[in-house]
Amino acid sequence: MLELRKDIFADERDDNLKEIGKPTQRQDMLGHVTATSTYFNDHKLQGMLHLKVLRSPHSHARIRRIDLSEAERQPGVRRIIRGADVPHNLNTLLSLINFGKDDEPTLAVDKVRYKGEPIVAVVADSQREAYEALAKIRVDYEPLPSVFDVEEAMKPGAPVVNETYPKNTFTYHDIYDHQKLRFGDVERGFAAADHILEQRYQMSPIEQAHTETNGSIAAPDTNGRYVVYTSTQALFFSLDTCAKILDVPSNTLHFIGGTVGGGFGGKVDTVTEPLSILGAMLTGRPVRYVIEREEEMIYCAPRGAERIFIKDGVARDGRILARQFRCYFDSGAYTRLSSYAVVKCAAHLPGPYTISNVSADVYCVFTNRVPATAMRGFGVTAVDFAIECQMDKLAHLIGMDPMEFRLINAYRDGDMKAHRREAKNTALIECVQVAAEKAKWPLRDELKRMSSRKDGGGARAAVPATPREPILVSRPAGQQRTPYDRPASPPPEPLRPPPLPPLSPPPAAAPSHGAIRFSSVFGGRRR
Amino acid sequence: MPVTVKTFTTPMEAAAALSSDRAARYIGGGTLLMRALNEGDVSIGTIVRLDDRSLAQVRASGGRITIGAGVTLSQILRDRELAFLHPAARLIGGPAVRTTGTVGGNLFAPAPYGDLSVALLALDATVSVMSGYGARDVALEEFLASRDRSPGALVLSVTCDRPSSPEAFRFRKVARIKPKGVSVLSIAASLPGVGGRVSNPRIAYGAMAPIAIRAKAAERALEGKTLDESGVAAAVAVAAEGTAPATDAIASAWYRREVVGVHLRRLLLGQAG
Amino acid sequence: MAKTPLQFRHNGRDVAIFVDGGMSLLSALRDEVGDHSPKFGCGQGGCGACTVLVDGEPVVSCVTLAETIAGKSIETADGLKTGPELHPLQTAFMDNFAAQCGYCTPGMLMAAKALLEHNPDPSRVEVVEAISGNICRCTGYESIINAVLAAAARRTERRA
Repeated sequence: MLELRKDIFADERDDNLKEIGKPTQRQDMLGHVTATSTYFNDHKLQGMLHLKVLRSPHSHARIRRIDLSEAERQPGVRRIIRGADVPHNLNTLLSLINFGKDDEPTLAVDKVRYKGEPIVAVVADSQREAYEALAKIRVDYEPLPSVFDVEEAMKPGAPVVNETYPKNTFTYHDIYDHQKLRFGDVERGFAAADHILEQRYQMSPIEQAHTETNGSIAAPDTNGRYVVYTSTQALFFSLDTCAKILDVPSNTLHFIGGTVGGGFGGKVDTVTEPLSILGAMLTGRPVRYVIEREEEMIYCAPRGAERIFIKDGVARDGRILARQFRCYFDSGAYTRLSSYAVVKCAAHLPGPYTISNVSADVYCVFTNRVPATAMRGFGVTAVDFAIECQMDKLAHLIGMDPMEFRLINAYRDGDMKAHRREAKNTALIECVQVAAEKAKWPLRDELKRMSSRKDGGGARAAVPATPREPILVSRPAGQQRTPYDRPASPPPEPLRPPPLPPLSPPPAAAPSHGAIRFSSVFGGRRR
Repeated sequence: MPVTVKTFTTPMEAAAALSSDRAARYIGGGTLLMRALNEGDVSIGTIVRLDDRSLAQVRASGGRITIGAGVTLSQILRDRELAFLHPAARLIGGPAVRTTGTVGGNLFAPAPYGDLSVALLALDATVSVMSGYGARDVALEEFLASRDRSPGALVLSVTCDRPSSPEAFRFRKVARIKPKGVSVLSIAASLPGVGGRVSNPRIAYGAMAPIAIRAKAAERALEGKTLDESGVAAAVAVAAEGTAPATDAIASAWYRREVVGVHLRRLLLGQAG
Repeated sequence: MAKTPLQFRHNGRDVAIFVDGGMSLLSALRDEVGDHSPKFGCGQGGCGACTVLVDGEPVVSCVTLAETIAGKSIETADGLKTGPELHPLQTAFMDNFAAQCGYCTPGMLMAAKALLEHNPDPSRVEVVEAISGNICRCTGYESIINAVLAAAARRTERRA
């Protein structure tokens, strides 16, 4: 059962607190065991209608024609919703914090970009009647070449997945096609290393597989509002996203969430609410849109696949001298949260280790796959898998015990991290020591005496000299090159180590919804 | 078109309803048909139910035993006469699925499901099928090969060998999830003469082809052999011959072909999986 | 739509509802009876969130044709309490932290109840077998198995 190691960081503990450190019962436990915890679908609304969507059978295709005439005549059909019926049919989730461009339609209009993309929504008296109407919809497609591989998608001439991002990469700060991390000089580090290890890691997409599928029920409510029972993990995100897509003031919507039947990141995307609310608006009746199990597993967003290249330079004595990453995150056909995942990734490299030369280029790439989203530490956990595999391989390469290898390279309080923040409250060393103890893995006494709070800082607190790189960006359209424009050349290497100030981001356009500037997304300094 | 449910009390009437209506489907326990309805199969217009107790009977006769199509998997597990089928029945679904899942229904379960028919195939089973012309017996192999082409056929019962001893009939289901999971593959082996030289063995595979199949090359190689390392070697070497496994969410075709011989060997040697 | 009358016993009460052709027992209970305790998780009979008892035996109600339970006795998680008193399984689930999101819990409780009615003193292997048709994505199952064993131990204690 649960074991609390109170001996570790004992002076930072306070056992006289009333809640922290004590077991406590979940406030909804009684509801769970009596089946009174209310999930979105546990509501019986009078005259409720059922919504089902038609999904693209193609990964990439132009839509030439949609024929709804036979479907509309089917018994029980109340309304069929097309892209043209959606007030603001282009959105991206993080536009609420002014991050990214609107790139994803609620219902596809002229093009589908992944197999399973919704095109049309049928609202009918019963689920069966909705399915029967779906079967009568005729769509003429013109299939287009698809791209499913992140590196293929970045090659010139690759099919353009999403016209908002014509090079198939997300754009940061309007001009950069990746997130870049530079700390010290990896080439110098590699030159000084005794061994170099370069490896490629590939993660698959991972399905959250919550037992309750995504879904919502929206109904006209008193005084012109709509009440929405939803499975979402992100109530305010969903409410604001719907207000934007449906072009209504946010106080029109009354979102009721609460108990989520498992989320794990699979319910952050505002999956069903825009259409269920629009259905309620267009029919004047309650509308339920529940994702079926196969739909959920195949067409709803997984955590995206990641391709990770790691190159390490390691010394004979076990110190990692340089670590270089190149990562490609497969966002699928639309951005959703992958742009943010890439930022999280870049911010946490090279992992919980102090390495004086670190370099990373992390890309958010678009392919004709199901759009990716969050799942359990997205942006971080998959890359950490690659890092830890690499750590084991490096230890093997130099003939060192892998636990010892990690302890030697572990970060400590006071060390400078690669993204120029001081490491605080580190605990990798203690975690490795306890894991070794539990696994009965022998550790030398010297290693057992190590501590996260000792031997950090000092020389390890310095920001090393970091060569600048030429800024190679495509100029925004409409800007002329003059004879005086020259690409910036790298400055001569400074030999003293004063920390270079981080590049501040160019000023962003004023957010259109009063959205708050989210500093860690932009990388601005926080005091 | 809304769905209609029609309940009959004789197989003849039920079979007639099935063959006269293209949108009619027969319901056993419902685990296959209701799933299709839930997932939006609009080709189902009529559900044909048969309320006939004779379909839930088990009748032994000499070396063979006849099991009504309506016998549920949990009923098999409660019946000592059917102990030889317990290893297969126990690993299908969970307790709830076994309460309603029927012997007849399992014959229609698509790969990688349908583990009971694997066991029955190795036991030289025949199927009693009712059509517009009356009941006739069909070898299970033939039935499985044509089940998709004869939607109007109504399964009444299955008849199979009764193994002479627990050792003479073995079943193994390979799944990633324990205690029950969908098959990577399953193997049933009927081994008359076990203890000495095997004579007329029958080996059946599940999830190694679109339907349950006999491993005829392995059977021929096992004929007259003893069940020891050297005796089973020839059969194990040709274990994958004649198979056409699919790549699905459970396993790849490559993996299934790679491991079928490993599991066959363990089954024949009586080793744990 | 043509409606078929259906009468049965629901958690000890006689009920009468009308069902559409092809309606599942799960839909009948949730939408017609108004009992939201069994949950929709897959519609395939694979996750067990819809598990209810029919004449004491567990069934996956999402793939059970509603009409087939005419005249039978249905038990759901909604009926486990006796007045305000929790069923021993419910208490044991609380004491052993056997739920997080709670979505699988009604199905788990019914599967466990069926087990304990047939086998009041199960082994751990038998508990695992009994809930093998119920998927939990949150707890990792250990706390649920412990809860069922604890409930069985309490009942055995009380009976002794």
